[in-house]
Amino acid sequence: MTVYAQPDATGHFGRFGGRFMPEALVAPLDELAEAWADAQADPSFLGELDRMFREYANVPSPLYDATRFSEAVGARVLLKREDLNHTGAHKIRNVLGQALLAKRIGKPRAIAETGAGQHGVASATACAYLDLDCTVYMGEVDTERQALNVARMKMLGAEVVPVTTGSRTLKDAINEALRDWVASVDHTSYLFGTAAGPHPFPTMVRDLTRGIGDEARRQVLELTGSLPDAAVACVGGGSNAIGLFTAFIDDADVQLLGVEAGGDGYETGRHASPITAGDVGVLHGARSYLLQDEDGQTMESHSISAGLDYPGVGPEHSYLASIGRARYVPATDAQAMSAFDLLCKTEGIIPAIESAHALAGAVELAKELGPDATILVNLSGRGDKDVHTAAEYFGLIDGPVVLEEGVEE
Amino acid sequence: MSSIDALFERTRAEGRAALVGYLPAGFPDVETSVAALTAMVEGGCDLVEIGLPYSDPVMDGPTIQEAAETALANGFRTSQAFDVVRRVTEAGAPAVVMTYWNPVERYGVDRFAADLAEAGGAGLITPDLIPDEAEEWEKASREHGLDRTYLVAPSSTDRRLLMTADAASGFIYATAVMGVTGARQETSSLAPELVARLREVTDKPVGVGLGVSNGGQAHEIAQYADAVIVGSAFVRRLLDAPDAASGVESVRELARELREGVVR
Repeated sequence: MTVYAQPDATGHFGRFGGRFMPEALVAPLDELAEAWADAQADPSFLGELDRMFREYANVPSPLYDATRFSEAVGARVLLKREDLNHTGAHKIRNVLGQALLAKRIGKPRAIAETGAGQHGVASATACAYLDLDCTVYMGEVDTERQALNVARMKMLGAEVVPVTTGSRTLKDAINEALRDWVASVDHTSYLFGTAAGPHPFPTMVRDLTRGIGDEARRQVLELTGSLPDAAVACVGGGSNAIGLFTAFIDDADVQLLGVEAGGDGYETGRHASPITAGDVGVLHGARSYLLQDEDGQTMESHSISAGLDYPGVGPEHSYLASIGRARYVPATDAQAMSAFDLLCKTEGIIPAIESAHALAGAVELAKELGPDATILVNLSGRGDKDVHTAAEYFGLIDGPVVLEEGVEE
Repeated sequence: MSSIDALFERTRAEGRAALVGYLPAGFPDVETSVAALTAMVEGGCDLVEIGLPYSDPVMDGPTIQEAAETALANGFRTSQAFDVVRRVTEAGAPAVVMTYWNPVERYGVDRFAADLAEAGGAGLITPDLIPDEAEEWEKASREHGLDRTYLVAPSSTDRRLLMTADAASGFIYATAVMGVTGARQETSSLAPELVARLREVTDKPVGVGLGVSNGGQAHEIAQYADAVIVGSAFVRRLLDAPDAASGVESVRELARELREGVVR
């Protein structure tokens, strides 16, 4: 059996990935790749990161045997509780690693993009903790949808820049962060929020999030004595999914299932399912599946989950899909919200709407695999940030609850 | 010899730098863009860069972003770019298309090259395609006799300058500053050094762009570069004009001013 070893030396996962970037950023990206390789070979860096994970981020996260949810869906479902991490999601793993690397390289300023605000909050958190100046780019539409997270970032000392170009959402925030970076790269690190973008970001982000799967693999073996039948995660850019999948890629009997945001249903055109219903192209520095029109103009994505509302996906997921090692399916807004409701009612856990997509995937998979199956689900984040969206969806409140100065909760 | 090679042979013989002007195709509409690009040539541009509007232009500042958004909102399609190339080339200057990579890949790299060559286009400038990723374009451009202009930057290492210069044809685009497109008040202090470093590794013509907006700056750059590249300042003329006709005239005036500047 061949051991999976991706990407190649130039950041290609088969035909995917690579580096489609302005030349001005190529040398800095080379330096970053080299710095990351050095850091990974340095026990003091790894030791410090491990300490930060344990003492600060509440990582490793526990594995939880969700018995009542399991009973309801008809298969044994084990939840990797990334929702219990500091800042409420897996994203803290990625950001602490990149911010510690920024410290090591000696760049005093960090920039980040954010969609829903989770990566922005995690970045602001890490920058406060490690004493870095932090600027977060966020689409103007998202600053309005996620005003509470804007306030969080500001509390943590970050500057939040509303992006008013293009569709004024996550993809435009990435564009604007890249424009900043090309002019500031000598003193600024870009804390990239997902396992996408130009090489080395997809690999570096995977390396930083793979603890999710490494821990879960051990925890499942300890709990059940065998590997799970399937590992399931939601996929936007794909950082939590690649973090879960990596540990299991060489375990041929473990099915890998990535759940994309199906929005209103991918057949309606209003979705965020590039692997299911997009085509191969180049966006934000890498070749991957994306939502694009006939001329290669990026199309807007749609999802109830702001964190999955992105027209592209990380290149390694495109590769895993192309070789058939992982399967990617969409879950609609309705399916995700139904799974969201089920977890709330059976386990007393309010998941992030992103993670509810993974739960929806598990619900369908349970029907296929039957009651003897064990399904590992990455509960990538908690739902505090989504209370308003969910309450509106379920009709639990009449309209936005407006706190002072337009802050909604 | 390509039309771009011939152009630089001529400007070198005349002891001046070439003037290169950029405007997006389809901005604000196809007819006005053709008129403005033609006025640019009549005003004195030796080569025109026809921008292909793209939804995610990460190398561009607010001026060109706004133009691209307008063009796309007005329904611009990739296939119309070839018509613009054909009509502008008839004005008497070589035309290259400046485009982000995805629209080319989507159209089909070979098909794009074939249609561009058929329209009389001279080549492509690819701001987000580096030679490392350009195998397919390299092949298609050779097959259809098109030039490949790549960008280099002050941050480029010596090794990358050499590699990029080797892969390029026509001319090399030296970005004068670390940053995105857009007019700047002062000329870059980084550009002369970057061009000097390029001269160490190549005889190919070098154009300098990013931030150039007036005759004085053009004159300064003409002292050490083979071409002066101006983009946002032309777009600005169209954006600020009260109507299309006066915008086109304003573009012509700027081309005249810049052309006076590029004489050494």
